[in-house]
Order: sequence, then structure tokens, then C-alpha cells
Amino acid sequence: MKFGVIQFPGSCDEVDALAAAARVGEAALLWHGDRDLRGADAIIVPGGFSYGDYLRAGAIARFAPVMESVIAFARDGGLVLGICNGFQVLCEAGLLPGALLGNANRRFTSRQVALRVERADTPFTRTCAPGARLSIPAKHACGRYYADELTLDALQARGQVVLRYAPGHNFNGSLRDIAGVCNEAGNVLGLMPHPEHAVDELVGGSADGLALFQSIARTPQAPAAGGVGAGAG
Amino acid sequence: MRARVLIRPKAGILDPQGEAVKRALPALGFDGVGDVRVGRLVELDVADPAQLQAMCEKLLANPLVEDYELQLLDGSA
Repeated sequence: MKFGVIQFPGSCDEVDALAAAARVGEAALLWHGDRDLRGADAIIVPGGFSYGDYLRAGAIARFAPVMESVIAFARDGGLVLGICNGFQVLCEAGLLPGALLGNANRRFTSRQVALRVERADTPFTRTCAPGARLSIPAKHACGRYYADELTLDALQARGQVVLRYAPGHNFNGSLRDIAGVCNEAGNVLGLMPHPEHAVDELVGGSADGLALFQSIARTPQAPAAGGVGAGAG
Repeated sequence: MRARVLIRPKAGILDPQGEAVKRALPALGFDGVGDVRVGRLVELDVADPAQLQAMCEKLLANPLVEDYELQLLDGSA
């Protein structure tokens, strides 16, 4: 499994994403100005402050040359994981439903959060037990997941809510405690907390984040046919 | 042509900045402050004002969560 990790000007978590991916496969950095994904089997859009978060988080990064290729890759069924700012970029790009708004507490908040795995049958969570609890750090100012009620009901019905904040851990005010959602086909996942920062008990507080990278590594490399839901998206 | 784009959080969406301002003003002695919403202002020169709506839809606003209002300046608005 070859991971490609995107680097935008202002990214800051690409190094940890590379290190996490390198624990389970090969990993290479992909520059935002390049359209070439260099044969990557899975793409990680990492955290940080791409293009300074100007205008809205992810609004400008979404039009970077590399994103044209990432969007085409995702439409063809390729695995794409967006973490924090990467989640914001994927929402802005229309690869994931909804938007991330300013935290309800109005503060940049950095803390360990507990997540509940709602779907353990996605390419990103297949090594987790259903209902498993993951302890992973979160650090952001704009992580309040928002979609209108109709969309939220549809996401729920189609099983696109992959991760939720455990009771008492939804510090940013995300609607329905949503921490991570996938697209309808199941090959694109975005989440606000940082699994790449939790791959080593010594420095991450837990190694629970590794499960996401292991799951991707164990996914057959032609993922288009194996998504969650109806797969019609 | 000088244009102004006013961007606001959609009605019904929690606006924590607006809430903070609403609480701060009475603390400074200003009474009678009701609902407060904080948005964004973009002023730009454009050759073709007909493109402004597309600019808003594609980049300047996120239509999912924000409303926008266009104003043409230079006296013609």
C-alpha cells in the first residue's frame, strides 16, 4: 500500500501523517502544485492551515492543482482520508457532505477526545470492533460539523456517520456528535480528530489512531467496488 | 467596477462570534442589544460584474452555510 500525503503551504501535520502511514506501508509527500499522485493507492489530506485558512478553512486549498487529481482519484473509487484541515478541504471540494464551522466554544481547543466507531465495515475502520472507543487528540478552532437536518437524516440512514464523539467529548458543538463522515460510496472519509498523532503510546497518549492506517493498508487496492452503502455515489 | 459582497451565516446556524458580541456589549453598558450576527465583507474591482454571482457561489461564500448579498458601488448601485 502506497500512501500519498498532500502538502499545501500552511500544512503542519503532513510529517506525522507520513510517519503514521510509513508504519503500515510506503509513504510519500505530494506537493500541492503537482497534479501527479505518483501511483499512490491512498491519499491523505493532512491537517494544518492550508493557504493560511484565508477566506474559510479549506476554501482555497480545494482549488490547488493537486486537488484536481485527488477529486478524480476519489470519483474513481480511490481511498482518500482527510484529517482536520483535510476534512475541511474535502467538504469544500464537495467530496464530503456538510461543512465545518467555528467551534461553539469560540476557542482553539487542543485535547484528547474519545470517539465511538459507528461503522466498522469501512475501508478506514475495518480493523476496529463495532462500537469500539478510540482515544485520539483533537486540535482545531473550526471543527463544528454542520449539515442541514435533511442531510443529517440521510447520512444517518445511509450509514455515513463513521465516528462520533463519545458522550461529554463533543467540545466543538458538532451536530449529532459527528466526528467523522464518509461519502456515499464509502471511499472518502473526513474526521476532525488526529489519528496520525496517536500511533505511539509514548508520545500520543494512545496508539488508537493506528487502527485507521492499518485498516487502509488492509483494504484491497481496487476499492471502487467495496464501499459502504449502496455505492451509487 | 467596484463591488461589495456581504457574507453572513445563514439564519438558524449558530454564530458563536455573534453570541460573544451580544454578551460583550451589555457588559460595556450598552443595553437593548438583540440578535447579533457577525459576517464578512469583501470589496473588489471587477471588469465584468455579471461574474460576481459565480465568484460568490464558487469561492467567496459557502452557499451551504452562508448567504451573500452583492452591492455594486461607483454610484450605480
